[in-house]
Amino acid sequence: MSMQAEPLTRRGKKSTGEGPAGPENKEVGQDRKQKTQGRAAALLIIPSMIVLGIVIVYPVIDAIIMSLQKDAGLDPVTGSFVAGGFAGFYNYVHWILQQCNTPSGQASCPAGTLGSQFWSATGTTFLLTVITVALETVIGFWMAIIMSRTFRGRSALRAAVLVPWAIPTAVTAKLWFFIFAFDGIANTLFHTSILWTGSEVPARAAIIIADVWKTTPFMALLILAGLQMIPDQVYEAAKVDGATAWQRFTQITLPLVKPALMVAILFRTLDALRMYDLPAIMTAGANGTTTLSILVVNQIRIGFNSAAALSTITFLIIFIVAFIFVRFLGANAVESATNSGKVK
Amino acid sequence: MSVATLDPTTAKTVARRRERWASSRTYISAAIILIWCLLPFYWMLVTAFRDVGYTFDPTPWFTHVTWDNFTTVFSEKLGNHFAQNLLNSLIVSSVTTAVALLFGVFAAYALARLEFRFKFLVLGFVLGASMFPGVAIVTPLFQLFTNIGWMGTYQALIIPNISFVLPLTVYTLTSFFREMPWELEEAARIDGCTQGEAFRKVIMPLAAPAVFTTAILAFIGAWNEFLIASQLSSEATKTVTVAIAYFAGSQPHQEPYTAVMAAGTVVTIPLVILVLVFQRKIVAGLTAGAVK
Repeated sequence: MSMQAEPLTRRGKKSTGEGPAGPENKEVGQDRKQKTQGRAAALLIIPSMIVLGIVIVYPVIDAIIMSLQKDAGLDPVTGSFVAGGFAGFYNYVHWILQQCNTPSGQASCPAGTLGSQFWSATGTTFLLTVITVALETVIGFWMAIIMSRTFRGRSALRAAVLVPWAIPTAVTAKLWFFIFAFDGIANTLFHTSILWTGSEVPARAAIIIADVWKTTPFMALLILAGLQMIPDQVYEAAKVDGATAWQRFTQITLPLVKPALMVAILFRTLDALRMYDLPAIMTAGANGTTTLSILVVNQIRIGFNSAAALSTITFLIIFIVAFIFVRFLGANAVESATNSGKVK
Repeated sequence: MSVATLDPTTAKTVARRRERWASSRTYISAAIILIWCLLPFYWMLVTAFRDVGYTFDPTPWFTHVTWDNFTTVFSEKLGNHFAQNLLNSLIVSSVTTAVALLFGVFAAYALARLEFRFKFLVLGFVLGASMFPGVAIVTPLFQLFTNIGWMGTYQALIIPNISFVLPLTVYTLTSFFREMPWELEEAARIDGCTQGEAFRKVIMPLAAPAVFTTAILAFIGAWNEFLIASQLSSEATKTVTVAIAYFAGSQPHQEPYTAVMAAGTVVTIPLVILVLVFQRKIVAGLTAGAVK
C-alpha cells in the first residue's frame, strides 16, 4: 500500500538500487515526508476532531461533572428545598446499590421508583442484546450464503434486503405494534389470543422479532461482503480433495470470513446495547422491557444529575463490552479500516 | 448398488438431479428471505390504503381502498402537523449531512492517503465516537440547551445528530478513499498539474461516487433518528419519527393504526425508492471498512 503512495520519481530512484548513502538518505527522506504529511494531515483532521470534541467530548465531560452534583429538589429528611451542590458518588450509589433518600435516611429504593430498576434494566438490555445479535448473526449468515450463490432473481433479492434497513426504526416499531395488536394479523394467522405487548415474555419476544426483522438483512450484507472476499479456487481445491459441504463451511468459510464477521458483530452488539426506539415505542418500557437508555430518558425530567450518572454508567458498560470484543475476541475495526487496501 | 454398476447416462442423470435439488433449495431459501423482508412492509401498504373501518381485515390484498388515511395524516384537526414534521426532518437531515460531509471528506482523505503519527489513535477516536449511546449526550445537552434557550430549535437537533453521522461519514469515506487509484493523481502532477488542479480534475471525479454514497447513508441515518429528536425537539421542530411514534388519533385510547401506517408509508416510500435506485452504491457503503 505504501508503495503505491510513493511519488513516481521516488519509485524510479529506488528501482536503481541503493547507493553508498542509500539507507541514510532513505531515512532522512522518510522522516521529512512524514513530517510534511503530518502537517497536512493535521490541517485536514483537526476540524473534524474539533467538531467531535464539541458534539461528543464536551457533553460527555459535562455529564460526568453533572453526575457528581446533587439534583435540586425536596430533601426528604428535612423537608426543605435543596438547590444542588456537590454529591460525590451519591448518584452512582443511587443506581448501582439502589439507595434512595427517604425521610429516615438512605434506604433501598421503593419498588416502582426508577432507582429500583437499574439492575432489571441492565438485565433486560443484555438479554435483548444477546438474543437479537445471536439470531441476527446466524440468520444473517444463512441469508448471506443464499445471496452469494448465482441464480436468477439474485439482484431482486439483494434489493429486497435493503427494505427493512431503510425503514425508520420508529416506523418499524409502529408496524410491528400493529402486527402484534390483539386483533392484529399475527394472532389472526396463528389463531392465537396473545396480548403481545401486555406481559413480559410476549413483549420481549415482540421486540426481538421486530429488531431481528429490521437488522438481520444488514448483517447479511456485511457477511456477504466478507464471503465474497474468499476466492473460488479455495473451494474448488477442497472439493477435489473430497471435503464435504460441512467441512468446507467449518474449515474454509468460517475462518476466512471471521474478521469481517467479528467487526459486524461488534458494531451490532454496541447498537443493541443502546436500544431505545423499539421498546420505547412498542411497549413504552412496560412489562420488563425497560432498557438502560429508556431508564436514562425517564430520569432526565426527574433529575438531570442522576440521569447523567446513569448515562455515564451506560456508556462505560458499552465501552467495556467494546474493549472485550477488540482485546479478547479480535474484532479489529480500526485495522479493518486501515488495511482495506492491502487485500486488493 | 455399487457406483461401478452405474452407466454414464445414469450417473449423469443422478448428478443433474442433485444439481436441480440444490438449485431448488436455493430458490426456496431466496423466496423465504424475500417474504421475510417484504411481507411486513407490504402489510403496512395494504393497511395504509384500507378504510379505517376495516383496520383488522386479514384479507392479504388491497380491499376497501381509500385515500382517507393519508388525508387524516396531513389533517391538522387532531393536533398533528405532519407536513411541518416532514419539513423539519428534511432540514435537520440535510444540514447534518452537509456538515458531516464538509468535515468528513477532509479527515477521510488524510486518514486514507497520508502517513502520520497518531493515525491509529485518530481512527480509534472516530470509531469510539460512533459507539457512544445517544443518552450519553442527550442528558447533558438537555440541560445545556434548556439553559441557553435552544430547546426546540433546529440546532438542538443538528448538533447531537452530528455526533453519530460524522463518525459514520469519516469511517465510510476512509475505506472508500483507501481503495481509489491514487496513481492517477501522481500522473496528473507529473503532467504539470498543480496539486490543486490534480485534485479538481482527477480526484474529485473519482471521489464523487463515494461522497455521494456516503451522503445517502448519512442522510438516511439522520432521517431515521428518534431518541435525540424525541427529547430535544418541540412542537415546532418535531421530526417525522417522533410524530409517528406519538401520532394522535380521533379516539383518546385507541391507536390510529391506519393513519400511522399511512404516515409510515409517506416516510418510508421515498427512502425505499432512494435505496433501490442506488442499491449497489448503498451496499458498497454499508459494507465499506467492515470487510477486508
